[in-house]
Amino acid sequence: MKKRSYVGVLSAVLAASMALTGCAGNSNSSGGSNASGGQSQPAPSNSGNGKTEGGLIKIATQSPLSGSNSAVGDAIKTGAGYALEKRKEEFKALGFDLQLFPQDDQGDPKIGVSNAEMLISDPDVYGVVGHYNTGVAIPSSVKYEEGKLVMVSPANTGVKLTEEGKKTVHRICARDDAQGPKAALYAKNTLGVKTAYIIHDKTAYGQGLSDQVKMQFEKDGVQILGFEGITQGEKDYSAVLNQVTVKNPDIIFFGGLYPEGGILIKQAREKGFKGYFMGGDGLDSSDMIKIAGAAVEGVVFTSVAGDVTQTEEGKKWAEEYKKVTNKPLETYSVYGFDSMNVILNGVLEATKANGGKKPTREQVLDAVHKTKDFQGQFTKVTFDEKGDNTNADVFIYKFDKDKSIFVGKAE
Amino acid sequence: MLAPFPRENKSSQPNECRKFVQVYMRNEGWESMINILPQVLVDGLTLGFMYAVVALGYTMVYGILEIINFAHGDIFMVGAFIGTEVLLISDALGALEGMNPFVALFITLIIAMVLTGALGVGIERIAYRPLRGAPRLVPLISAIGVSFLLQDLVRFTEALARNEFYLNSPALFTGSIPIGSIATIPTKGLIVIVIAIVMMIALTLFVNKTKWGIAMRAVAQDQSTASLMTINVNKVIMLTFLIGSSLGGATGVLFAQNYGTIDPYIGFILGLKAFTAAVLGGIGNLRGAMIGGVLLGLLESLSGAFMGPLTNGAFGAEYKDVFAFSILILVLLFKPEGLFGEAVKEKV
Repeated sequence: MKKRSYVGVLSAVLAASMALTGCAGNSNSSGGSNASGGQSQPAPSNSGNGKTEGGLIKIATQSPLSGSNSAVGDAIKTGAGYALEKRKEEFKALGFDLQLFPQDDQGDPKIGVSNAEMLISDPDVYGVVGHYNTGVAIPSSVKYEEGKLVMVSPANTGVKLTEEGKKTVHRICARDDAQGPKAALYAKNTLGVKTAYIIHDKTAYGQGLSDQVKMQFEKDGVQILGFEGITQGEKDYSAVLNQVTVKNPDIIFFGGLYPEGGILIKQAREKGFKGYFMGGDGLDSSDMIKIAGAAVEGVVFTSVAGDVTQTEEGKKWAEEYKKVTNKPLETYSVYGFDSMNVILNGVLEATKANGGKKPTREQVLDAVHKTKDFQGQFTKVTFDEKGDNTNADVFIYKFDKDKSIFVGKAE
Repeated sequence: MLAPFPRENKSSQPNECRKFVQVYMRNEGWESMINILPQVLVDGLTLGFMYAVVALGYTMVYGILEIINFAHGDIFMVGAFIGTEVLLISDALGALEGMNPFVALFITLIIAMVLTGALGVGIERIAYRPLRGAPRLVPLISAIGVSFLLQDLVRFTEALARNEFYLNSPALFTGSIPIGSIATIPTKGLIVIVIAIVMMIALTLFVNKTKWGIAMRAVAQDQSTASLMTINVNKVIMLTFLIGSSLGGATGVLFAQNYGTIDPYIGFILGLKAFTAAVLGGIGNLRGAMIGGVLLGLLESLSGAFMGPLTNGAFGAEYKDVFAFSILILVLLFKPEGLFGEAVKEKV
């Protein structure tokens, strides 16, 4: 009897864990066509054995596909996958089979690093689109550097990421030291705030951005009434909000992501806070509305991602995206799309330089690093020595009842 | 919303107590701190009663089996998800419209309590009973395993069913009751407090006045002697898990109502704090768990609101847990049986 229940527990645990790993693992079924009919390459790609049949090229994405940030993570993956799907034929003509290799970093540094380890050990992986969280991107980039695997981030804004001098690290969006000051300037000049309360989520992203905002506020003479950290994942922020209501600032600036930001603004309004609520690109998600409910109205945020539907051409692209992928358009969708194209372009260049043969990862890295005036769907990309995009902009948005409205470019 | 907002008039009516504070402190910060004190207490009480009810589950199981059911926090989480799903589904079917919110909450609570109660009994049967003779560390590890299993199962099923696993509960109560001009209690917070008190009173009556309650206390004292007195020990333990888990599940529903957003990982932090509350009050002691819970909630709220101003910003609200847990360590150092625990073997 006793033994039986042991077995029962064990098998239940086993079944559950198998189901879970099956879920968390990659779903590379999107390609459909089997990779060059079983012509698996015996040696790592850089052997270059003179065959014209190039073989498999996998481009990975790393973003949170599960967990509380999955709405944006999925948008990045879908955008990148859409770009890859569109260029499949082009690469087939060159003899390459293109494949998306989506990974779920769960917004967790540990998982991001172990995924990165797996990616660099797979010789067919030629680039990574990711990450969403700077705190995940920094430790993972150590691995990419080891494997000479190029990374192009659609969304990381943490200053430290590209300051560490890693050659593999690139991003097409603006950094926090551009975003933070511009957000602070907008708050002071356009919203006319005189006092501010800053709350951050203690992460590399949230605190980094908040520091930048604080510095700019101090420079401009906006009085900082408080600078507090909150714990990610908690649901009750009344302790810090009671302090906010007492000091009654003109604006709460929140450095962090929408799961906490949504709760914060909701609870702040419940406590009678009437001022502005502002955040960075971490609030840039349609889920913000779901979490905050009616309280979302009037929330202002800066984002490093612009509104692609501002132009006619962009609108057409957005329609097509929604039709083909059957997913809602998030502002980061187009950044995932552009990041993927930057990498694919690098692969193409490297192949050309390699005489049509499958290039090495290092050649791809070089080609991507040299990207100059590449016109993506939304953003123009020129990488500087550090891997930052010299054409990156910061944009202002405002939440209406059920969507975010593009206000304009932040100057 | 982008128009400038009228600033609240901060001038306050003359008040003897406040004058005293002003004269002796000569510091505006103190005045504003006194002003928010009522609101801080209200928030702390709401949180504290939530801890208290969850702490009951820890303390009951410990009182009877002397094991710490670390899966209890996740049973609470499952309760929150069941309650939210019931509300979301009935909302989608249009059943919530026109329904009295109290009736809706009552039905949700009953469904969540029945299901989480059954879950608790099932966990006891599968993960604890086979290990009952084993060293105490073994069921503890098993409990931690169950805890992870529950988190991932919820994550998995919600991801399959809804493609997202942090849910937003439809709000049944949106109003709030002002207490004079000093504080407001949101209706949902008041409901949390009232229901928590009702559950705690009902449990106390059950344990003290009914035959089953006496049996529970007997098993807590001595399992083998109790079984000699024709008490079915297994049934009593099952009942303990049933009651403890359904209380936890009900609290989950209240949590979802009060804070609006839930995810599969809420059980961990809250469970840890509720467990702390149980230890603070004296684990194995029902009254201790209740008072410990309320105390911890108040401590957390007070330290969160006042630590920053008192230390001039050196320790902000982010250190509120450090403060609360330091108190716990101090209590354990100087009164290891907890504030209300008795050193003798009188349990439950």
